[in-house]
Amino acid sequence: MSTGQEREPYLQMSGIYKHFPGVKALNDVSFRLFPGEVHALMGENGAGKSTLIKVLTGVYSIDQGTVTLGGRDVAIHSPLEAQAAGISTVYQEVNLCPNLTVAENIFIGREPRRFGRILWKEMNRKAEQLLRDRLQLSIDVTQPLYMYSVAIQQLVAIARALNISAKVLILDEPTSSLDRNEVEQLFKIMRKLKEDGLAILFVTHFLDQVYEISERITILRNGEFVGEYEAAQLPRIELVSKMIGKELELLGELPRAGGEGRAEAKESLIEAVGLGRKGAIEPFDLLIGKGEVVSLAGLLGSGRTEMARLFFGADRPDQGQLLLKDSQGGVHSPRQAIDAGIAFCPENRKTEGIIDDLTVRENIVLAMQATRGWMRRIPRKRQDEIAEQYIKALNINPPNPEHLVKNLSGGNQQKVILARWLITQPKLLILDEPTRGIDVGAKAEIQKLVLSLSQRGMSVLFVSSELEEVVRVSDRIVVLRDRKKVKEMQDDIGQQQVMQAIAGG
Amino acid sequence: MRIHKHHLFWPLAMLAALLLFNLFYAPEDFYTIQVRNGHLYGTLIDILNFGAPLILVAIGMTVVIATGGIDLSVGSVVAISGAMACLTISKGADQDAIGLLVEAIALSIGIALLLGLWNGLLVSVIGIQPIIATLILMVAGRGIAQLITSGQIITVMSDRYGYIGSGSLLGLPFSIFIVVAVFAVAVLLTRRTALGLFIESVGRNPSASRLAGIRSRYVLIAVYLFCGLCAAIAGLILSSNVSSADGNNAGLWYELDAILAVVIGGTSLTGGRFYLTGTVIGALIIQTLTTTIYMIGVPPEITLVVKAFVVLVVCLIQSETFRKTLVQRWQTRRYPAEREVAKHV
Repeated sequence: MSTGQEREPYLQMSGIYKHFPGVKALNDVSFRLFPGEVHALMGENGAGKSTLIKVLTGVYSIDQGTVTLGGRDVAIHSPLEAQAAGISTVYQEVNLCPNLTVAENIFIGREPRRFGRILWKEMNRKAEQLLRDRLQLSIDVTQPLYMYSVAIQQLVAIARALNISAKVLILDEPTSSLDRNEVEQLFKIMRKLKEDGLAILFVTHFLDQVYEISERITILRNGEFVGEYEAAQLPRIELVSKMIGKELELLGELPRAGGEGRAEAKESLIEAVGLGRKGAIEPFDLLIGKGEVVSLAGLLGSGRTEMARLFFGADRPDQGQLLLKDSQGGVHSPRQAIDAGIAFCPENRKTEGIIDDLTVRENIVLAMQATRGWMRRIPRKRQDEIAEQYIKALNINPPNPEHLVKNLSGGNQQKVILARWLITQPKLLILDEPTRGIDVGAKAEIQKLVLSLSQRGMSVLFVSSELEEVVRVSDRIVVLRDRKKVKEMQDDIGQQQVMQAIAGG
Repeated sequence: MRIHKHHLFWPLAMLAALLLFNLFYAPEDFYTIQVRNGHLYGTLIDILNFGAPLILVAIGMTVVIATGGIDLSVGSVVAISGAMACLTISKGADQDAIGLLVEAIALSIGIALLLGLWNGLLVSVIGIQPIIATLILMVAGRGIAQLITSGQIITVMSDRYGYIGSGSLLGLPFSIFIVVAVFAVAVLLTRRTALGLFIESVGRNPSASRLAGIRSRYVLIAVYLFCGLCAAIAGLILSSNVSSADGNNAGLWYELDAILAVVIGGTSLTGGRFYLTGTVIGALIIQTLTTTIYMIGVPPEITLVVKAFVVLVVCLIQSETFRKTLVQRWQTRRYPAEREVAKHV
C-alpha cells in the first residue's frame, strides 16, 4: 500500500452503481489507477469487469458515483469523449479492418488531411514513427493488416488506441488468442508504456500473467467490490478464493455424496484419449465410470467448458478420440452423442439451452421428440403427462406447462433443460455451470438431484466454478488451469487442495 | 379483456376495417352476390378466387419464414410451373385428355419440387443465406420459364385444365377448395406431426436445437420443398384461370405480397412461432386491399403508392413493440449501447 499512499491516483472511480433491469451490474464499486502501473482487474463471469470498463469508456451511463481524472470530476458520455479525456481502450475482440493497411488502421477516421485530401505519405510516416517510438515495432505500414500475426495486429490495435494525449490504456483480455512468445512481446511493450508513465488497466483470465506483469489487483465479485491488493502481497490461493467467494454456507446440510459404493472400482462408461482442440483445450485423457460424478474445476477460461463440450460433440476435436464402452462408433455431433446416451446442459442457457418462444412443455419434450423423429409425434396427452410429472419432480415454478419459457426465472429455465434431458434417460449427463445465476434454494435442489441420479447409476460430468459445490457432489475432481488438465484428485478431496491446484504456481 | 392479446386479433381487426370501409364507400358493388347458372358471383367471391394463388404461396412462405429463412423464388416458380403445364398440354393431340392433364400437373409439380430441393440444399448444406440463395432462383427462374415457353405466351384450349382456375364446385370457385385442402394438409403436417415443433425450434434458436439433437438440415430442406410445392399449385391455378402461360409476368412480385401476408398474419421474420391461419387472413387483407383500390377508382398510376401506404399503416398499427420502441429510444437516447442491453436483459 505504501507506494499507493504517496502518489495521487490519476483515475479514481468511487461509489459506482449501475443496474440493468433485473441485474445489479455494479454495486458500490471503487477503482483507482496510478500513473506508471499495470493494474489487473479480476473476477469471474458476471463479476462486473466489462460493465466497469464500459462505464469508464462512456458506453454505459452511471446510476450513481463519481469519476475523477487527474483530479477533476468528469462525466463521460461516449467512447469519443473518453478518447478525448485520454482513456484509450483495446477491446477483447480486435476491431480492426484486416483488408486495410496498417497505417490506415491506425489513423482511420482521423487521417492527416489538407483541403479534405488525405496526406498518404504523411500518414504512413506518422504510423511508422508511432510504432517504432512507442511500441518498438518496425514493420511495413503500407501492407494490409491481415499479412501480420495476431500479436502484431494486437499491437496495431494498441497503437491506434494510443494517441498523443493517452494517459490511461485499457486492455480487455488482450492475450486470450496469443501464444507464449507473442504474450512475451506484448508484455515487453506494456512494460515500456508503463515506464512512459501510462496507467494500464489489464483484464485477463490467466493467473500467471497477472502475477508476471501487474503491480496491483482489484477484485470484483457479483458486481461488488471485494478489494484492492498489492500483487506481491496477495498469494494466488487467496486471490482465487476471493474471486470465487463463499456463499454456500447458506445451503445448510446436504448429504455428502457416495458412502460405501464409491470406493469400488467403477466400470468405465466413456473415455477420452488424447482428446484436444487447438485454442480451446490441450489434449487430455479422462475416463468416466458408470454412476460416477466427475467434476471439472478451474477458473473461467481454464478450459473446463471446452472439455465438457468435446464430450458431447458440440465442438469438433482436432485430435484424439472418444471411446464409448457400450457402443461402437464415436461421437462427432450432438445427435450422435444423444443417440449414445449422452446429455448436455450448456453453460449458456439463453443462447444454447432454451427455445425462449416455446412453452415449458415444448421445451421439455424437445430432445425426446428429436430422437423419435418427426413422424412419431409424442401424443399430446403423453406430452402433458411428462411435463406435469417433471414440473412436479423438479419443482418448476410457475407449475404451468403452457407458460412461455422466456418468462421463467434462470433457475427454472435450468430445470426445464434438465427435465428435457432426464426424460431421455441418459447414461452420462453433462452439466456445465448448472447452478450459475440461480438462487440458493434452486442450487441445493439441483445438487441433490445430481447426487440422487448418480446413486441410480447415471454418470455425471459436472462443471462449476463454485468449489463447495464441486467438493460436495464429486467422486473425482479434475482441475484445469490455462486450458490444460493439470490434476486429477480421487480421494480425500478438500476445498483447500482443490483451490491450491487451481491456483498452481 | 385479453382478446386483443390473441395472435389473430389484429389481422382480423384489419380485415374487418377494410370490409367496413367498403360497406360505407361502395356497398352495392362490393357486397352484392348474385346467383347465375347456379354459380355465385360478386366481388367477395372474386377476392377469394383471385386471392387463392396468393394464399397458397403465402402458406408455403410461412413455414420457410418460421425457420428464419425466406424464399424469394416463389414468383418464378409460379411462372415455371404454369409454363410447364401449358407447354405439356399444348403439345397434346387431344388437349382435354385426362392422361395429358395428369402428366402436365405431375411435371410442373415435379419440377417445382426439384427447385425447392435446390433452394433447400443451398441453404442447409452449403449454408448460403436464404435471401441470397433464393435470389439466385428468383432471377434464373424467370429465364427458365421463358426458356420453357420460348419467350412466347403459350395458350391452351382445355376445358379440363381451365377447371382448376375457373371452374365451380357447389357454386363456389374450385380454387377455393384447393386452398382449403392445401391449408388442411399444412396444418396436419405441422401440428399433428412434430414438424411444427422442429420448425419453430430451429427458427427460434438454431444452436440450442442442434444441441437438443434436431437435424436442422432435413427440416430446412422440407420447408423449401413444401414452399416450392405451394408455388407450383398456385402457378397451375393462375395459368389455368387465363388458359395461358406467360413466363415473363406470371406470378411477378408474388414473393413480396406473400412475405407481407405472412408478416401481417403475425409470423415474425426472425423465425420461430408461425401462424398459418394468420397468414391466410393476411393474404385476404392484401387481396381485399387490391380490389378496394381498383373499385374506389384510385388513378392507376398511383395505386401502388396507395397500397404501400395502407400496408405501412397496417403494419404499424399491428406492432406492439412500435410504441414501446419509440418510448425506449427516447429514454436511452444518450447511450445507444444501453438500448441493446435493455432489450436483451
